[in-house]
Amino acid sequence: MSAVVSPVRRPLIEGHKTYHQITEDLCSPTEKTPSKTWIIAFIISVATMSFGIFCIVWTIWMGTGTWNLNRTIGWGYDITNFVWWIGIGHAGTLISAILMLFRQRWRTGVNRAAEAMTIFAVICAAMFPLIHVGRIWVVFYFFPYPNVRGPLWPNFNSPLLWDVFAISTYFSVSLLFWYTGLVPDFATVRNRATGFRKKVYNALSFGWTGSAKHWSRWEYLSLVLAGLSTPLVLSVHTIVSFDFATSVIPGWHTTIFPPYFVAGAIFSGFAMVQTLMLITRKILKLEEYITLEHIESMNKVILVTGTIVGVAYLTELFIAWYSGYVYEQFAFFNRAMGVYWWSYFGMMACNVISPQIFWVKKFRRSVLVTFIMSIFVNIGMWFERFVIIATTLARDYLPSSWSYYYPTWVEIGIFIGTIGLFFTLYMIFTRVAPVVAIAEVKSILKLGGDQYVDNHNYKHIHGHSNHDHDHSHSHDNQHH
Amino acid sequence: MRRYNKEVIYGLYNDEEVLLKAVRKAKSKHLEIFDVYTPFPVHGLDQAMGIEESRLHQAGFVYGLCGTLTAFLGMTWIFTKDWPIIFGGKPHWPVPSFIPITFELTVLFAAWGMTITFYTICGLWPGVENPQLDLRTTDDKFCLAFDANDVSDSDVRSFFSETGAEEVNTKSI
Repeated sequence: MSAVVSPVRRPLIEGHKTYHQITEDLCSPTEKTPSKTWIIAFIISVATMSFGIFCIVWTIWMGTGTWNLNRTIGWGYDITNFVWWIGIGHAGTLISAILMLFRQRWRTGVNRAAEAMTIFAVICAAMFPLIHVGRIWVVFYFFPYPNVRGPLWPNFNSPLLWDVFAISTYFSVSLLFWYTGLVPDFATVRNRATGFRKKVYNALSFGWTGSAKHWSRWEYLSLVLAGLSTPLVLSVHTIVSFDFATSVIPGWHTTIFPPYFVAGAIFSGFAMVQTLMLITRKILKLEEYITLEHIESMNKVILVTGTIVGVAYLTELFIAWYSGYVYEQFAFFNRAMGVYWWSYFGMMACNVISPQIFWVKKFRRSVLVTFIMSIFVNIGMWFERFVIIATTLARDYLPSSWSYYYPTWVEIGIFIGTIGLFFTLYMIFTRVAPVVAIAEVKSILKLGGDQYVDNHNYKHIHGHSNHDHDHSHSHDNQHH
Repeated sequence: MRRYNKEVIYGLYNDEEVLLKAVRKAKSKHLEIFDVYTPFPVHGLDQAMGIEESRLHQAGFVYGLCGTLTAFLGMTWIFTKDWPIIFGGKPHWPVPSFIPITFELTVLFAAWGMTITFYTICGLWPGVENPQLDLRTTDDKFCLAFDANDVSDSDVRSFFSETGAEEVNTKSI
């Protein structure tokens, strides 16, 4: 049987829900006609995305000369945005896989939407490496396949190629994990639908019936996928950090990069989850499913990872000083005091100093503070990538080659366009699929505190089963 | 629509605890269960029904091993036999730099292999329409079904009323 749970534990789902009510609450957003707010927000997202598509087409048509990259600054907005999005795409799998292995049952309220966010963020991220190669029509050269050029193979020693493998694997495995969780919920939606809608959801649900044997295998599959995704999610940002760490550029060539990047990725990913969840729970009225407990738990993760990132920044500075190596020292002096001092300042303020307010419980549980903080963290983490990439490349080995980088309208347009793409995909998702995992929420309903079995049902069930009526309510919960 | 050509008698329960007790009782009475349908995975149900442990994870290990070997042997063959290239004076067989791709392919093969196996052995696929006894079993009802040929009608009806089933119905699927 399941774990023994303290009767004093706070309920994971508020509002004394019954199973049927959960189904109602979570399916109804996919069944109603969209609200005016949704339509307006959707139009804005699609318009932003369209501008991004225009800028991408412009880049492909005119060439990467439309960007402000130059002799020493070969990576600018493109890779900054790529790393930013990939980092954001880490929280979903962390919530669904790592928190599953740690048996953090609160994750069931947010895992579905966070995983969706992961997948959409990875799609946005993957755009940049594809575009920045310049000749996108030969981008399939990335992949090793028997070809008529020799066959000539890619360089398996290159971290950039490792990245291709890491990100494609991460994307497809996250998609499998997410979809396998969605299948039973699509069946729930199907069984409430009629006509054409029923046909569509039957196809989406793969004909799921909820047979005990299927559930048993489904749980095995979920567990093993979680076990596989856990090292996978850690490997992805580690390999992204290798893009920098295996080079011989002062400021990049550091062994601290893998853990520092992974912590930063979790940090920014949780911030984006907060941004989206706070809006989603408000608009879809899911406050009883995505509770203040969830927000507080995620804020704790933000506090811890933000502090890890802060320690990493300080360690870098210390090691630069302690190494006694003037070029390394210059690289870090330049970061903080050089031409891009403002982005270093923004990074420190948003990533290290501002999350410290989450030591105070009142702030951790405040929706407004959390929302503002989540935006700060997203900005700060964008600055971090910009600091690492642009500042370092702007001051390379030869002072005669030193230059300054700022983006063109095309580069800014592509970045804004990916934000539009992200929100467009997310908003479609909220209309098509239940944003909270219905089956998983039902399975944890009775785990915490005074939950479910309203008086009517309680008497009903226990009357029929000749159950001892002295069994108290809390007692029943304890033994579940 | 897939057909079993069976006459099924089933009871619907309101709560998973009640269902679990009913399943255990059916087992102790040696009533052969056709299937149980629940809206979410009920803990302890597979033990109560005597469903044996799935071997999916063993299959996953084999798929993963295939991925490991594909990646490692593939890269080895390419860099030592098919087209050896010297990159920055490094050896032709740089094992440490093969590790990331080997790891990724292990995960990729294991995850896809297991997922495809799961859907195949469960008979779930887009376009498949499996018979359902009651539409509410994906909402809030827990369904225990018997093959009507395996059990006597009066026995099973009294069993259902003893164990607290809310509704008892028959259906041919």
